[in-house]
Amino acid sequence: MSVAPAATLLALMQSGSTVAASPLIALALVIPLCWAVLTAMRPAPRQTLLVLSGLGIWNVASAMLWWHTRANGVVNYALGGWSEPLGIGLRADGIASSLVLLTAVIAGGCGVYRLCTPDADLRGTAMRWFWPLFFLLGAALNAVWLAADLFNMYVGLELLGLSAVGLVAVAGTTAALSAALRYLLAALLGSLAYLLGVALLYAEYGSLALSSVASGFAPTDTTIVALGFITAGLCLKTALFPLHGWLPPAHSAALPPVSALLSALVVKASFVMLLRIWLGPGAPLLVPTVAQGLGVLGAGAIVWGGWQAIQHADLKMLVAHSTVAQLGYLFVAIPLLIDASDTARAFAWDGLMLQIVSHALAKSAMFLASGTLIAAVGSGKVVDLAGVSRHMPLALFAFGLAAVSLMGLPPSGGFSAKWLLLQAALAGGQWHWAAVLLAGGLLTAGYVFRVFRASFLQGAEDRFTDTPLGWDVVALLLAGMAIMLGLLSTGPLDVMRFGALLQRGIT
Amino acid sequence: MTTLLQSAPLFYALVGALLVAIAFTAFAAHTHVLRRLLAFNVMGTGSFLILVGLAQHTRGPDPVPQALVLTGIVVAVASTALALVVFRRWYEATGHVVLPEDERA
Repeated sequence: MSVAPAATLLALMQSGSTVAASPLIALALVIPLCWAVLTAMRPAPRQTLLVLSGLGIWNVASAMLWWHTRANGVVNYALGGWSEPLGIGLRADGIASSLVLLTAVIAGGCGVYRLCTPDADLRGTAMRWFWPLFFLLGAALNAVWLAADLFNMYVGLELLGLSAVGLVAVAGTTAALSAALRYLLAALLGSLAYLLGVALLYAEYGSLALSSVASGFAPTDTTIVALGFITAGLCLKTALFPLHGWLPPAHSAALPPVSALLSALVVKASFVMLLRIWLGPGAPLLVPTVAQGLGVLGAGAIVWGGWQAIQHADLKMLVAHSTVAQLGYLFVAIPLLIDASDTARAFAWDGLMLQIVSHALAKSAMFLASGTLIAAVGSGKVVDLAGVSRHMPLALFAFGLAAVSLMGLPPSGGFSAKWLLLQAALAGGQWHWAAVLLAGGLLTAGYVFRVFRASFLQGAEDRFTDTPLGWDVVALLLAGMAIMLGLLSTGPLDVMRFGALLQRGIT
Repeated sequence: MTTLLQSAPLFYALVGALLVAIAFTAFAAHTHVLRRLLAFNVMGTGSFLILVGLAQHTRGPDPVPQALVLTGIVVAVASTALALVVFRRWYEATGHVVLPEDERA
């Protein structure tokens, strides 16, 4: 028998007693998981009271966790007092707490939107599984945000993929089913590539905690191959151009609140993992060639996604391709994050964080408003929107506010994000990225004005269906938050810098 | 070759790598959804072999990779089940076994 396990056990017992615990972190996982079980006990398409209480408690706990991080800085927590490697280590740094809060807010909006849906739209065999999957998706997102080791990230990512595929399939149409299958195949391939990379890293370092991999890091061949697999898998899951083929059908065939959740949050989960791995342990390997390569793919996404959005006849396909383009901005920020200039790196980090949050708010508002417009018009085609500006001013206004943020017009969160990224590109002398950012704004204006042009044309007045007022209120609130983020970005950005991943950067 | 025979864990890891390569080829070559799911399962088995084999080769007996593989197997079974349910619904609705995007290609 070897001595090593006994020594590990002893170390575990010693460290177990000194765990600084903030049960709020555990609550962020437990609350959505509890409601996933509660709603699954008697699954029904409408469980108003149960769902509302769940969303309320979830939002309060997430806000408290955010506030706690704001006041006390980064918090580590070992679930059940078992520390790594046997236990599940969780870590709430600035970006994790902020994304937990963002998840709760957007899930709250999407949940209320769903609750306002008229009974006629709730028919379908699978509709009663909406709420369990919805809360499971929330728990999986929080698991990814808070994970402190590579394997918990994998488990979170798999749970996220499975619940997201289930939510797409809940719509029940053949388009939704085939999109769900395609999404599932892409997700499985992506997470297997990631798992393979994790297996190689474990063989090399004997640990899965990000911190211990970082402390023993050496740029060996195995590490390089492992990071290659991990990056390929996560890029496939983030739908980075040219691996984005699965995203537009899945995001457009789903129910409106599901599309909103998928575009706003789910694709960001794998991106945040990528960021944690490359800026954490992988930082010595994030050489300019790799970073510029990822940036070029991001630029490809901005141009290709924008161009496809301009051409698509279908409103939700247009919005889904806009997601492909907006995800490109996240990758364009990577070469700016390793710039030699301190100012450029600081601008790039803030811009990236703001882009993640403002795109999430704006895109969820845009998908919800599109769902309302499509329900009112009874058709998903952009040309059929004629006359909708008179009948549906609120939904169109919410769509417009979201579009302002996506285009990067002041005073929105999207404007601040793109402005900061532009400043980073100029401060670091990486002029080519400034050109890409400006071109992206023009392309966004191109597809957004297509929708407005169609809406302001004259059309027959009597063909519209009335939609619930709650739908408009939710979309307006989320879009309003995307705008407000431009005016009040200092506070949230300060928190997102806690435990920032930039080793060579921000203090 | 001698090191291969001396180290069973390394042999497992290499077989795992071979399985992953075979399964990835199958995943790319076939468009039938069920064949792709089978390829995915073989690929999963391959990565589990690598996870356990390579770690034991480099650092001796170790319970952690086996615990990880158990989790991985649960995830793989759940994903396969979900995929089969969605596939069956879709097959009943359309009668197709190949996804529309692949059919055109």
